[in-house]
Amino acid sequence: MRLSGFTESLLIAFGTFRTHKMRSFLTILGVLIGVACIIGMVSIIKGLDKSMAGQIESLGSNVIYVSKFKPGIQMGRRSEEERNRKGITFEDAVAVRENCPAVEAVSPQNYYHRPGGNYAKYRNIEVTRPSFFGTIPDYEVVNNSFVVEGRFITDADVKFRAYVCILGYDVAKTLFENLDPVGKKILVNGDRFTVVGVMEKKEELLGSGHANNFVLIPYDTFTKIHPEEKELALAVKARSPELIPAAIDQITELLRRRRGVPYDKPDDFAVFTQENLMDMYKQLTGIIYLAMIVISSIGLLVGGVGVMNIMLVSVTERTREIGIRKAIGAKRKDILWQFLIEASSLSGIGGVLGIILGLLFAQLVALVSPLPAAVPLLWVLIGFGFSVGVALIFGIYPAYRASKLNPIECLHYE
Amino acid sequence: MLIKTVDLWKTYTVGTETIHAVQGVSVEIEKGEYVAIMGPSGSGKSTLMNLIGCLDSPTRGEYHLNGRRVSAMSDDELAYIRNKEIGFVFQTFNLLPRASALHNVELPLIYNGTSSGERIRKAKEALKTVDLEDRMTHRPNELSGGQRQRVALARALVNNPALILADEPTGNLDTATGAEIMELFGRLHREGNTIIIVTHERDIAIYADRIFYLRDGKVEKEEDVRHIKNSGN
Repeated sequence: MRLSGFTESLLIAFGTFRTHKMRSFLTILGVLIGVACIIGMVSIIKGLDKSMAGQIESLGSNVIYVSKFKPGIQMGRRSEEERNRKGITFEDAVAVRENCPAVEAVSPQNYYHRPGGNYAKYRNIEVTRPSFFGTIPDYEVVNNSFVVEGRFITDADVKFRAYVCILGYDVAKTLFENLDPVGKKILVNGDRFTVVGVMEKKEELLGSGHANNFVLIPYDTFTKIHPEEKELALAVKARSPELIPAAIDQITELLRRRRGVPYDKPDDFAVFTQENLMDMYKQLTGIIYLAMIVISSIGLLVGGVGVMNIMLVSVTERTREIGIRKAIGAKRKDILWQFLIEASSLSGIGGVLGIILGLLFAQLVALVSPLPAAVPLLWVLIGFGFSVGVALIFGIYPAYRASKLNPIECLHYE
Repeated sequence: MLIKTVDLWKTYTVGTETIHAVQGVSVEIEKGEYVAIMGPSGSGKSTLMNLIGCLDSPTRGEYHLNGRRVSAMSDDELAYIRNKEIGFVFQTFNLLPRASALHNVELPLIYNGTSSGERIRKAKEALKTVDLEDRMTHRPNELSGGQRQRVALARALVNNPALILADEPTGNLDTATGAEIMELFGRLHREGNTIIIVTHERDIAIYADRIFYLRDGKVEKEEDVRHIKNSGN
């Protein structure tokens, strides 16, 4: 199609919106809702990715974790049973290491979550939201993750509650760039620590950026700063990967006994591996994606029928105009394109409004729930593409009807 | 020869009835002529105008326009011919109500791909020819009937067509304004345009040089009326 005809069609289309504001809005409502659905859902999924995948990612592979709750995003209140659960203690860690034959080493990890997020600061450079925890020298072996610069924490650091810290790879990169971090003093949540080592870069499974964003300190230093944090997470290494299921059984058995769980009641703690969580997570997002596809398809279908209906009305209303245009030389395809462009720009406006609504919805969700909102540009473009595509499909029939009208009859149409 | 029709027929079927609207019309019109087609309603003059204007195809017979045999063309080919060779002027003006005068005049150029700058230049020139250069941004509802018809004339002229075809161009105008429009047609004719006017009024028809009288789909008679004008009408 010629460019001059294209801009002409666009101008006509926008002229129509101006004269029929209410009607145009009602027409695009379906498309608007469909696109808003896509954008809203995607932002929720991406939000899940950012927080939940982040938690999963900060775990190591081939490592068994033990904690009071399964990690994930808590929506609403926990059940009474869950709220009354006892925390995992340091004594539990010792018992697991000594009583489970399939276990080689245990690393207790005690986390602190500062309201508003932890921070680590060197001079005026700040790292936001690193995880911050205390642990023991076994951490390296258990997590199969080692220092690349400096040294790890030692038994002496733990015993004397030294203010030393080890940085995750990304934290070190951000704070120090080309400088040598070892020996520098940094502030973590207001306390001063000397950096003694930097951990090697861990693989990011879901791209959340959490695997290498942490600061760890000696266990006893941590309990001195945060005596209120009594709930541990344990990372456990089995003697071999084949022994992981056996180790899980032994740990479960031991903890049930130690915590006095009756034989007919479920566990009041969680033993899991990164692989378990990944599977669960993928199932969950799969369901959300499916729901998104169903809801937004219905929205787009309704929107498409709306566009088709109003375009048929528009063709009838403008029969005379079509006659004039044909009389002075518009070909069939000129008329066809005019109405197609009108339909798709109408629907495209619906798409843009839908995107805005979806983004607002995502912000709202982020505001009232622990899910951060994140909408990738790609999905914004996909949402817009859908809205225009729907109009092209549903606009074909009215546009085709317009293009086939007889100019003589059109000119005498009242 | 600009227009040559040979035994042109147009037959419609309305329900079970067959209507022969045009029955074997053979006319020849030279380039630069000013011709009127006259006849009472039902005489088939509108159908003949549609055929000459390439808005419709004949059931039988041949029609040559400017050397092209248009009687056997497809819809899109006819659209091309209408755009290039014919400028229409209608009784009801048929302007786009929401577009400015300038945009209305530009319209035929949009459909042959003329660039935007060239379009505006030509449209302004055409509006100047009909003395409306000061009304370019007005919409049809802000113009008088006579001004609207002049916009329609400018639209008909803008593409330099071989033929200007007017269907009762004064039908919706008062006598004085109608006379003004007819003066304008006369001027355009003197400037070299070929004009065909379809009308049922003899007062209008005699502005032309030659009149075809149509009755029951046939050319009943042909009259040269140049002497009436020259005798100082």
